[in-house]
Amino acid sequence: MIQCEVTIKNRAGLHTRPAALLVKLAAKYKAEFFIEKDGIEINGKSIIGVMTLAAEQGSKLLLRFSGEGEEEACQALVDLFGRGFDEK
Amino acid sequence: MKTESPHKEETVLKGIPASPGIAIGPVFVFLKHAPVIEERSILPEEVERELGRLEQAITRSHKELRKILEFAEKKLGEDKVKIFEAQLMFLEDAVLFDAIYARIRSELKNPEFVVHDEIGKYHRIMLASKDEYTRERANDVEDVRNRILRNLQEQRAISRLEGSSVIVSQNLTAPDTVILSRNEVLGYATDIGGITSHTALLSRALKIPAVVGLKTISHTAHDAERMVLDGYSGVVVLNPTEETVKRYEAKRARYQEFEARLTGLRDLPAETLDHHRVELSVNVEFEQELEFIKLQGADGIGLYRSEYLIVGKEIFPSEEEQFNQYKLLAETMYPKRVIIRTFDIGGDKLMIDSVKESNPFLGWRGIRVMLDKPDLFLEQLRAILRASTRKNVALMFPMVSNLKEVRRARKLLDEAKHQLRKEGIPYDSRIKVGVMVEVPSAAVIAEDLAEEVDFLSIGTNDLIQYLLAVDRGNDVVSNLYQEFNPAVVRFLRRIIDRGKKKGVWVGMCGEMAGDPLATILLLGLGLDEFSVVPNMLPEIKKIIRGVKYSEAQKIAQHVLRMKTEDEIKDHLKSMMKKKFPDIPIG
Repeated sequence: MIQCEVTIKNRAGLHTRPAALLVKLAAKYKAEFFIEKDGIEINGKSIIGVMTLAAEQGSKLLLRFSGEGEEEACQALVDLFGRGFDEK
Repeated sequence: MKTESPHKEETVLKGIPASPGIAIGPVFVFLKHAPVIEERSILPEEVERELGRLEQAITRSHKELRKILEFAEKKLGEDKVKIFEAQLMFLEDAVLFDAIYARIRSELKNPEFVVHDEIGKYHRIMLASKDEYTRERANDVEDVRNRILRNLQEQRAISRLEGSSVIVSQNLTAPDTVILSRNEVLGYATDIGGITSHTALLSRALKIPAVVGLKTISHTAHDAERMVLDGYSGVVVLNPTEETVKRYEAKRARYQEFEARLTGLRDLPAETLDHHRVELSVNVEFEQELEFIKLQGADGIGLYRSEYLIVGKEIFPSEEEQFNQYKLLAETMYPKRVIIRTFDIGGDKLMIDSVKESNPFLGWRGIRVMLDKPDLFLEQLRAILRASTRKNVALMFPMVSNLKEVRRARKLLDEAKHQLRKEGIPYDSRIKVGVMVEVPSAAVIAEDLAEEVDFLSIGTNDLIQYLLAVDRGNDVVSNLYQEFNPAVVRFLRRIIDRGKKKGVWVGMCGEMAGDPLATILLLGLGLDEFSVVPNMLPEIKKIIRGVKYSEAQKIAQHVLRMKTEDEIKDHLKSMMKKKFPDIPIG
């Protein structure tokens, strides 16, 4: 299992669009993926879960991956956060 | 014991006329009640059957939502339908439904109970969120859950109606208004809502008669079979007698005939008998209205409510997105002018941040918000400037209450111009800038404002509310909201006089500009521009073309001496009856 912390950079935070991007990307990997924020942990492959986090710009999230391809998955997701979800 | 079938008694209700037209037809009470869920155990051998039932309900829900989305897209454009997207994505959440399937298997409970319970967990967390956006999404989650539950119980979707009817509801959200309109909707009647509510704006865009603010109609109409809805006057009649129906049918015919005759006015200017020309333009919120406006022969767009770009959006529209919209408006209307009002958010309108205010109308709204968000403001100003290359775009600032705000906004405009110049992007360097006069303090310093801008546009809706200290959305006092209050009339004269003395033109984009009873008075007060709701344009044009400017001035002088609203209204009504017996008033 690996885990890493990310900060939300994009203006909208984890609103519908970015949350959908996140879930879609996560679905490409077999590794299990969980996100933790303020003591709430949700499945990172569930859009309803991701949106429940109400993560806004500046909030910090803990990403946790385990299983096949966990490193690649982690790299890809951290990258997505780093690019601010390609928000224009 | 009576033998004949009892005729239910006729009931007359008065609400706020929100969208013009007369509807006569059967009543459909649109209830959005929460489903009743019972917890039931199932046998292991029933599991597969129950899972199949759930799967079917999900598929059906998905189909329903897709249909709604497609319909809304057609009717309102791709841009306005993002509201529905979140719901579709929830319905496609495999993790969520796998968890639900697993629970049905392991707990041996009926799908209704598990769906309700599992989705309820997310709903509760979202509802408790500090983030306004997330709380709104909680409604989406609830809506999705109720849709699945309804399909599980194999109940018909209430958005589908048989035949045509007048829809009665406690409240209609923007999506409700749109979705229901795919039926043959004759009219909308709701308990709550004001003239500027989204229901009102949408039904006007859809050209469906509507009366809102009827307080209790969703209860009263419960056992009514038929009703009359008058979107001109705000009157609703439940269980109308044959005589009442005939009266309204006659009124409707009169209006239709009148509207047909107005079409000949389309290409004629808004000019008085003695050749005093004023500008007659329209207020616009949806680009879909543009075709309609062209048909009506407007001189331009006197108010484009740019905040409607934010409706149904989760993030602020980018500069590019705004530019595309403004450009479309400018090109469609060219060579006619388009006045873009910078975002007017806050008050009862959309908020970009969740700010709790005990008195939002006196709070963070209009230019106050934008000046606190200079980055967003600059983006909008750049987008407007970029769309102005054909020189038919102007812009104005809402909710200005002092001169400093105008100066700060103009400074940002200069900065936007400077940036564009440096980047080599073209724009109209002499773009006209105006200020909305809707706060009493702005009216008092109208002459000072006029010295620093190119035009003034009076926003009567807010101006009257602030001047008379009446919240017209408040049922208890809304009757004190008086367009023809002598204080209002004299205040208007003051603004128009002061503005014109400083050499700027003065327009009006509030509702009063589209009230036929006010037209001659406003004309006589010297108003240069009337910006009205598209539906009212031909009527106002007809009045302007049917009177002499000199006579209108005399009437205005006379009215200015009157001391009560009743006196003023009676005078204007009897004058209109004499001069324009075929123009319906009130």
